[in-house]
Amino acid sequence: MMKRVATKPEPKVVADVHHPLEHYFRNERLPHIWCPGCGLGTSMSCLAAAFDHLKLDVDDVSVVSGIGCSGRLAGYMRPDSYHTTHGRALPFATGLRVALEKTKPGHKVVVFSGDGDLFSIGGNHFIHAARRNIDLSVFCVNNFNYGMTGGQVGPTTPLGSKGTTAPYGMFEHPFNLPYLAASSGAPYVARWTTLHVHRLQQAMEEAIQKRGFTFVEIIAPCPTNFGRRNGLPTGLDEMRYYREEAVIENFADPKDAEIIPGKPFIVGTFVNEDKPDYVAIYEKFVADHFGVTVK
Amino acid sequence: MNKKDILAGEHFLNGDVACAEGAIAAGCRLFAGYPITPQSEITETMAHRLPTIGGFFLQMEDELASIAAVLGGAWGGMKAMTATSGPGFSLMMENLGLGIMTETPCVIVDVQRGGPSTGLPTATSQADMMQARWGTHGDHEIIAYAPASPQEMFDQTIKAFNQSERYRQPVLVMADEVVGHMMERVVIDPDKIEIYPRRKPSVPYEEFLPYRGGADMVPEMACAGEGYRVHVTGLTHDERGYPDLSVESQDALMHRLIGKIRDNADQIIEVEEENIRGADVVLVTYGIAARTSLRAMELAEQKGIKVGMLRLITVWPFPLKEVRKIAGAVKGIVVPELNLGQIVREVERAAAGQCPVRLVGHAGGGLHRPEDILTAIEEVA
Ligand SMILES: Cc1ncc(C[n+]2csc(CCOP(=O)(O)OP(=O)(O)O)c2C)c(N)n1
Ligand code: SF4
Ligand SMILES: [Mg+2]
Repeated sequence: MMKRVATKPEPKVVADVHHPLEHYFRNERLPHIWCPGCGLGTSMSCLAAAFDHLKLDVDDVSVVSGIGCSGRLAGYMRPDSYHTTHGRALPFATGLRVALEKTKPGHKVVVFSGDGDLFSIGGNHFIHAARRNIDLSVFCVNNFNYGMTGGQVGPTTPLGSKGTTAPYGMFEHPFNLPYLAASSGAPYVARWTTLHVHRLQQAMEEAIQKRGFTFVEIIAPCPTNFGRRNGLPTGLDEMRYYREEAVIENFADPKDAEIIPGKPFIVGTFVNEDKPDYVAIYEKFVADHFGVTVK
Repeated sequence: MNKKDILAGEHFLNGDVACAEGAIAAGCRLFAGYPITPQSEITETMAHRLPTIGGFFLQMEDELASIAAVLGGAWGGMKAMTATSGPGFSLMMENLGLGIMTETPCVIVDVQRGGPSTGLPTATSQADMMQARWGTHGDHEIIAYAPASPQEMFDQTIKAFNQSERYRQPVLVMADEVVGHMMERVVIDPDKIEIYPRRKPSVPYEEFLPYRGGADMVPEMACAGEGYRVHVTGLTHDERGYPDLSVESQDALMHRLIGKIRDNADQIIEVEEENIRGADVVLVTYGIAARTSLRAMELAEQKGIKVGMLRLITVWPFPLKEVRKIAGAVKGIVVPELNLGQIVREVERAAAGQCPVRLVGHAGGGLHRPEDILTAIEEVA
């Protein structure tokens, strides 16, 4: 049988030099498959830095992804990680999180996936998981298109932007994700870009620490597929766009968080409130009424 | 698990309720489902029972979510189940494949109703049997039970859980509307219930390969938070669980996934034989169709025809050897089923021309008339 030839260069290993966050990664899986200038590497670093800052043990968190370039993150992170089916990361994570209340209370579940995965094919699951207030930290990399499958437009593609399935420009209106998350009941909603790495990391930490359905939208470049077709051909071009147009405003009305190319857009924390999560409500009820514990 | 949570004793239950009680007796403490007739009593029983015994009941937004939550629950270390009927079963197909690919133990119940599409929402059929076998894309093997009574709804749901843990694969219970809704005596003795536990890792993290099969080709399972840092993916993967999209990796994985069922088929397959020896005609049938066939057997015997029955308790894997042996010894085989020809194809394949094989089909919505089965028996006798 013919052997496949590896096309990727082997990473150069320098003896006894360790990255301070390497225990959060499956180093044997690196380098990753993401393109130069892609926002996914930055997002993954922020997540690992958030874990580290929270002193979260690798064995006390699980990562769940759907399918897409963003979905590949699960395969690079050292914790138990689940690369599920397109759109179904949230219901999978719902079952996982609920079960962990019995088998390992306190264990965190992070969902990391793309805009197409979470809001097109998985859109229904998103609004329901938010409504139920399942204790999940949901991080969505919004790169305004379907990166993995070659730059087709999706539910977050701005009106008029181009994609391989909208060669004349997008004819549909996009979702405003913070508005959608807030109106679905999420008690924590934030948006940052991959330019705002410290704030993004902080938001991830807040989201992980907070019990309930917490949502952070990460605006990230996909130079290969989105940027190239929309006047932002490199990752750096996209960073300039964020620097020029992203306006930090906390607790703005999420309704105002629309993204229109070439115009300013809001980043910041939109919602941060306390609200009992599904498991907490359920646990209290069965304890009060049936004298049982789900643990 | 607590034995006192099991509904011990003698009861008068419908098949759906018996199925839910079987799941609870098997240790299922997470149920995720979506309402659909004729399985709703399973979902409702779980909603009623699980909170009282510290289990979790989740009514999901659809069946795509239900099965996904069940898979997640299994990786969270619980025994989990979902139940549905035709349209919902169709929606579950993609993640049934994820369950097979990731070797996730769980149980899916399909209380069959007439289709395609919305079909006959409140009336019976056995027309999802081939969907059970081949509904999810890609090559695979499947284990499916066909209960014929409320007692079997209870017993086979437990067996389905045990086989799902034993072989690490979603297992199907292919019931139908009549078995789901008929009420009969169900005897439950907690001391006689055997439970197959989850196959936990026997080696430490450093030595553990989550997708290396053991002697029976089935790997051990490390769930979330147990310290094994497992990566679980629906992509073709190597023994570490890491994506490897090579021809070699696909070959090794498919051979193991299919082999673990095929090579152990003798231990999985369960049939019930009645009066097979010396029979002129044998009925090969399953589920509710087997019960109407019993009356046809009586009628045939009154006419002096020796009739036997091979009842399939597991329809998948199909008992090829058993049917082939019978085909070599009888004048004919008759296959009553509530569809217009699904399992009969397997029977024909097994019989391989040794004897005539006659389908007694029924488009669904009701049960066979025993006289129609009798006519077919007389034709081949
Ligand atoms: C059921 C199903 N439909 C379609 C696909 C093909 N597919 C894979 S990834 C993807 C889009 C992913 O887009 P997004 O979630 O935005 O992730 P990105 O690649 O942009 O990070 C699609 C359509 C699939 N895997 N499964
Ligand atoms: S296609 Fe886009 S999203 Fe995917 S890795 Fe490349 S830049 Fe990133
Ligand atoms: Mg995308």
